[in-house]
Amino acid sequence: MDKLAEKTLFKKGAEASLYLSDWHERRVIIKLRIPKKYRPPALDEQIRSYRTVHEPQLMHEAKVAGVPTPLIYMVNVPESSITMEYIEGQQIKQVLNNVPKAERHDLCVKIGDSIARLHKQGLIHGDLTTSNIILNPEGKLFFVDFGLGEKNIELEAQGVDLHLMKQALQSTHYLFWEECFQSVLCGYTSVLGVEVAEEVYEKIREIERRGRYVEERKK
Amino acid sequence: MRKAKKDDSGNYCLGIESSADDFGVGIATFSGEILANKSDSYIPAEGGIHPREAARHHAEVADKVLSEALSKAGLKPRELSVIAFSQGPGLGPSLRTGATVARALASYLEVPLVGVNHSVAHIEIGKLKTGAHDPVTLYASGGNTMVTAFESGRYRVFGETLDIALGNCLDVFAREAGLKHKKGLPLGAAVEQLAAKGEKLVTLPYVVKGMDLSLSGLLTAATTALQKGDCKLEDVCYSLQENAFSMVTEVTERALAHTEKKEVLLTGGVAANKRLQSMLAIIAEEHDARFNVVPLEFATDNGAMIAWTGVLAFQHGLVTALDESFVKLRWRVDKVDVPWIS
Repeated sequence: MDKLAEKTLFKKGAEASLYLSDWHERRVIIKLRIPKKYRPPALDEQIRSYRTVHEPQLMHEAKVAGVPTPLIYMVNVPESSITMEYIEGQQIKQVLNNVPKAERHDLCVKIGDSIARLHKQGLIHGDLTTSNIILNPEGKLFFVDFGLGEKNIELEAQGVDLHLMKQALQSTHYLFWEECFQSVLCGYTSVLGVEVAEEVYEKIREIERRGRYVEERKK
Repeated sequence: MRKAKKDDSGNYCLGIESSADDFGVGIATFSGEILANKSDSYIPAEGGIHPREAARHHAEVADKVLSEALSKAGLKPRELSVIAFSQGPGLGPSLRTGATVARALASYLEVPLVGVNHSVAHIEIGKLKTGAHDPVTLYASGGNTMVTAFESGRYRVFGETLDIALGNCLDVFAREAGLKHKKGLPLGAAVEQLAAKGEKLVTLPYVVKGMDLSLSGLLTAATTALQKGDCKLEDVCYSLQENAFSMVTEVTERALAHTEKKEVLLTGGVAANKRLQSMLAIIAEEHDARFNVVPLEFATDNGAMIAWTGVLAFQHGLVTALDESFVKLRWRVDKVDVPWIS
């Protein structure tokens, strides 16, 4: 049986706790979706097992699309846990605030490039934030946390995905979010082509107009 | 906004709230004491808020509510030093009625006018009344559902509804279910009472997209489940609440984990809901954060929150010139500078 060594709490997120452990001489992350006491147990179990099953599948497909994600070692549905490769590196959230403008641009173009590859493969990440992208020492970007993702080829889903990225930049990197998002779009367009990308951008505008109290809503 | 003169002095700010169905007048001292908080609500004969009818209601009750507030505070109009009003976001006709009253008062009394953002006011009154200092705030009402937290100069929006507001979702469902809005019992409260008797969880959509959520599909599914006739109303109310509240709680928890703040504040009309309160209390505890809920009197739209936020703005040199006092129907909370927090 695949025995795990002692595990230590690495990060307590809202949705899951991440533990650091060793598995066959590899450093691993165990993502444990703990029951949420605020939800009724039936609803809670349904949500946790759905996400535990779907996340590894989406991570696998992301690799097929050419977007690096951690390797999956084990999935335990009753326990709602996923054991995966530990990625050495830094969250983009930290990196972006500490690099010069040109480097920021390059990183954001790469992010846009990866998002486009996911979308091209019919994958929606579902929670694109700068905390969910890791830059490893070799300069490779890893996408993590596909728990809210889905398989979906609709323009609507792609639009929301990019809209979330935009919002994450706005709330966390408010000093230079615009330039970052422009670079993301630049990378996105380079993969999907101007025509397809333009359709997605129009969708983003439509989604934003649907929101509450948006200036340009009535135009 | 123009800078106020440094030598403007005085102690009382009167605030007018009229963004939707409530016409409210509150009076606050400059040190944060609420001396009066009076209001009168427009209750539609059927359906939701008709903006023109709401505005007509506000115009009719304005002088009554104003006098009630002044007499409660024991003040004469001449003793007021600032007039604040809800400048947006909200329904145009309603907002304009309040703004007109505010402009008239400020001009007649020759005191400064301060336009206040309605959403900021909900957060500020919550902080004032609970003692919260730097919370992650869930502001949920009939018109708004957002998770905000202060970050360098402004309240930033970490998550929000992509379509309808939480209170709107509950209200529309209640009307579809044939529940009637009565004085003292808002539709949301009627749903809450029925939900407390529900037992069976009906499967409904649970739509969280990143930090955002979507409620319109949930509303449609809940209404359809009811119309099919094979579910009890109590069970649908229960399931609707559990799904919707779990979604906003999940998003709030994510913002809490992301910002690592140590306080949670629940404000806005839906803050009155005990079930929602209990869910947020749980996540606050799990993240070692203090849970705060705005008192009922200040949860729904009210004049006191406008008066208090008017004080904060005025003390930081913000006044609104008459020719800049037009209402802003889509004035997002993250467009407003809040210089009173450092």
